[in-house]
Amino acid sequence: MPEYKAPQRDMMFVLNEVINVSELAQLSAFEDATPDIVQGVIDEAAKIIENTIAPLNETGDREGCQFDNGSVSAPVGFKEAYKLYAESGWTGLDKSTDFGGQGLPYTLATAVSDMLSAGNDAFSLYPGLTNGACEALIEHGSPELQKTYLEKLTTGEWTGTMCLTEPQAGSDLSQVRTKAIAQNDGTYLIEGTKIFITGGEHDFVDNIIHLVLARLPDAPAGVKGISMFLVPKFMINSDGNLGERNPVVCASIEEKMGIHGSSTCVMNFENATGYLMGNPNEGLRYMFTMMNLARLMVGLQGLGVAERATQGAIEYAKERKQATAINGGATIIHHPDVRRMIMTMKALTEGCRMVAYDTAKQYDMSKAHPDESVRKTANDRVELMTPICKAFATDVGCEVANLGVLVLGGAGYIRESGMEQYIRDAKIFCIYEGTNAIQSLDLVGRKMKMNLPQIFIKEMVNDLAAESNNNELNFIVEPMKTALKLLDETTEWLTTAAQEDPQNPAATAVEYLTLYSLVTHGHFWVKAAKAALGKQDDDFYKGKLVTAQFFANKILPRIYGLAPIIMAGSESVMSAEEDWL
Amino acid sequence: MKILVGVKRVVDFNVRIQVKADGSGVATDGVKMSMNPFDEIAVEEALRLKEAGKADEVIAITIGTKTSQEQLRTALAMGADRAIHVETDEDVQPLTGARILNAIIAKEEPKIVMLGKQAIDDDNNQTAQMLAALANWPQATFASQIDIDGNVANVIREVDAGLETLAVELPAVISTDLRLNEPRYVKLPDIMKAKRKPIDTFTLADLGVEPAASVKVLKTSLPATRQAGIKVETVAELITALQEKGVI
Repeated sequence: MPEYKAPQRDMMFVLNEVINVSELAQLSAFEDATPDIVQGVIDEAAKIIENTIAPLNETGDREGCQFDNGSVSAPVGFKEAYKLYAESGWTGLDKSTDFGGQGLPYTLATAVSDMLSAGNDAFSLYPGLTNGACEALIEHGSPELQKTYLEKLTTGEWTGTMCLTEPQAGSDLSQVRTKAIAQNDGTYLIEGTKIFITGGEHDFVDNIIHLVLARLPDAPAGVKGISMFLVPKFMINSDGNLGERNPVVCASIEEKMGIHGSSTCVMNFENATGYLMGNPNEGLRYMFTMMNLARLMVGLQGLGVAERATQGAIEYAKERKQATAINGGATIIHHPDVRRMIMTMKALTEGCRMVAYDTAKQYDMSKAHPDESVRKTANDRVELMTPICKAFATDVGCEVANLGVLVLGGAGYIRESGMEQYIRDAKIFCIYEGTNAIQSLDLVGRKMKMNLPQIFIKEMVNDLAAESNNNELNFIVEPMKTALKLLDETTEWLTTAAQEDPQNPAATAVEYLTLYSLVTHGHFWVKAAKAALGKQDDDFYKGKLVTAQFFANKILPRIYGLAPIIMAGSESVMSAEEDWL
Repeated sequence: MKILVGVKRVVDFNVRIQVKADGSGVATDGVKMSMNPFDEIAVEEALRLKEAGKADEVIAITIGTKTSQEQLRTALAMGADRAIHVETDEDVQPLTGARILNAIIAKEEPKIVMLGKQAIDDDNNQTAQMLAALANWPQATFASQIDIDGNVANVIREVDAGLETLAVELPAVISTDLRLNEPRYVKLPDIMKAKRKPIDTFTLADLGVEPAASVKVLKTSLPATRQAGIKVETVAELITALQEKGVI
C-alpha cells in the first residue's frame, strides 16, 4: 500500500503561483486568510490526514461497513479518526463563525478536501455530505432549524445526509414518491424509502440529520412538486438534548464495488417526523444548493484518487528493476512506455488540481466580493466549471487509477499493492451526484444556453494573446492557439446542430465536455509554465515545465480525435432500430 | 513557573534536499519549511507540564528571518502562551544561539529552557549544552522522560549504554529526544487564535549579543553517489582487492 504524502509543494504552487490565493485575503470576509494562515492550515491538515486518516484507507477497504439489525458500524479506526478530525475543527473550516465554523475561504477547504480524498476517499464522504447539509441549512433553513442543527453539523458533532434517490427515481427525480403529510403542530410525517444514502447510518456520532426530498399531498406532478424536509435520527428536546428515536431506519447497506469504508444505506422513513425547509415545492432548487457543492467535492475525489495512484506508481517505478532501459537506466521509470504513463498521470492530475482550486477561488469571489458584477462573473464561472470539475476530474481519476495498476504490472493486479483499490473506488465518482453524462448534458444544455462556454473561450483567447510575445512559452502557446480555434469551431457547430436536432448535442455531449476540459487544462498549463519560467534551478519547476511540455505534445492533441466525433453528430449513434441491437 | 522553548525553522523532514547550483548552501526557496521535529517534542512537553499544573506559562522563542514567525505561530497554535522572535538574516551558529537564549533568560527568568536535542538541518547538538555553560545552569540532555518534583527535574535520558536518570535542580536546560512524547495535532481554531497571540521581536543588538562567527561554510555539496561493489571468490582475493585500494 503506497503511503500518502500530501503534495504540499504542488498545492502551494497552485495556490500561490497559479491562482493567487492571496487576493482572497483582500476581501473583508476573508481577511484572516493571510499567507501564514494558508500555510498553517495546509501543514496541519496534512499532518492529521497523512498520519491518522490515510492509513485507514486500505483497512477500511478490506473490512468494509457491517450491518446488524438496523445499526451500521464503520471499519475499525474510522470513528476515532472522525472524532479527532471533527474535534480538531476541520469540518467547519469554511463555515460561518456564527455557527462554530472558522470563516475561512472555500478555496482552503478545497485544498484540505484534495488531501482528505486522496488520503481516504471513503472516509471523506462522511464530512463531505455533512458539508452539503450545512450549506442547504444556511441557505434555506428557518432560523429555528439553523439554531437547533447548524452548529452541531458545522462542528461535525452530528453528520448529515442527502436523501434523494428512490428505486424508481435515480437520475430522474421527478419520479420521487416519498410522502409528506402536514401535522397540526407544523411538523410533517415522512413516509417512503430512499436508497443509496451515503452515511445514512453509522456509529460515529450521536445524531444524523437527513435532508429528504418528498411530496406533499397536493403537490404538482414532476420536479415542481418536490419539497425538502429535515428529518433527524433523534428528535431534539426543547433543552437541546437528544430525545426520542425518530422512525427513520436503515434497512440494509449495499455491497459495492469500492469505497467500502463508506456506508451506503437503504433508509426507510416510517412516518418519521420532519421539518419543512423553506417553501413547499421548492425542494429541487434547494437540493441543487447541496448538489452543486457535492459535485465539486466529487471532482476532488477524482483528483484525490488520481494523486494517490500517481504517487504509488512513481514510487514503484523508481525502485522496480526490470531489463535495462534503452537509456541505460536500471529501474522501470526509464522505460519509455512506463514514463509515458507516469507523465500522463502527472499531467492530468496536476491539471485537475489547477482547475479545481481556481473554481474554488471563483466560488469565494462569487460569495464575498464587494462588487456585484465581479460576483456575477465569478458565479458564472463556477456554473460553467462545475460539470467540468466533476466529470473530467473523475474521468481522470479512472484513467489514472487504471494506469497506476499498469505501471505496477502483475503486482498492481494483486490486492496487496493497494493499486487496484483505486480503480474500484474511482468508478463511483463518475456516477454519483449526477453521472458524467448528466454533467455533459448540463454543459451543452443549460450552460450553453447561458452562453457560458462561449464567454470563457473568449477569455482564454484573450489571456493567451497576452502571452504571444513570450518566446519561451511558444511550446504551449502555439498549440493552445490552434486548440482554442478548434474548440470555438466545435462549439459553434454544436450550437447550430442542436437547433437542427436536439439529439446532436445529447449524443456528443460527453466528447464535447472532454474536449472543453482538455483546452481548459491547457489554459492553466500556460499559467503554470509561465510561473515556472526562470526558476529552473529547482527540480520542482523543471518538472513543472517538462510536464507542461508533455501536456502540450501528448495530452492536448487528444482534441483532434474528439472534434470530428462531435461533428459527426448523432446520426450513426441513433439510426439503429431498437430491435437491431 | 515559566518554560522557555526554542523552535527552529528547518527544511521539512519529508523534503528531498537540493543543493544550490553554486554550492553556497541548501535550496530553500519555495521548499516546505517546518518546525524542527525535536523542538516540536520540546513544545509538546512544555505544554504537558503546563496542563499538569507544573508550569504557568510557555514561551516559544525562535531566532531567524522574518519567515521564522511561521514556526512560532505553530508553537502558539499548539498552545504556547506567547512568543519571542529574535530577528536576524544571518546564519545563526550554536554559540550565537546560546548567547541569545542566555540574554533572554536574563529578561524572562524561566525555570526551564527546553530545546530539541539537535536541529535536523545542521545536526550540531550543541546549543543546549553551550547555553547551560553560559548560564551556569545544570543540564539534562536527550530527555526521554521528565518529572518535575518541586524544585527538581528528574530526567531519564537516552545514552549509548541505556537509560540514565538525572536529578537536576531548577533552573535548568533540558534537551528533548525523539521518544519523550508524541506531539499533538493542532486544532484549526487554535491556528486562528494563534494569529492573535503576541510575538515580541528583538534584534541581536537589542539584546547586546555579538554573533559568534567562528565557523565558516566553504562549500555545500551532495555526498558522492555510491559506486557499485564487486564480488570476490576467496579471502585471498578480498585481501588483494583491499590492498589495491590502499585500505589495508
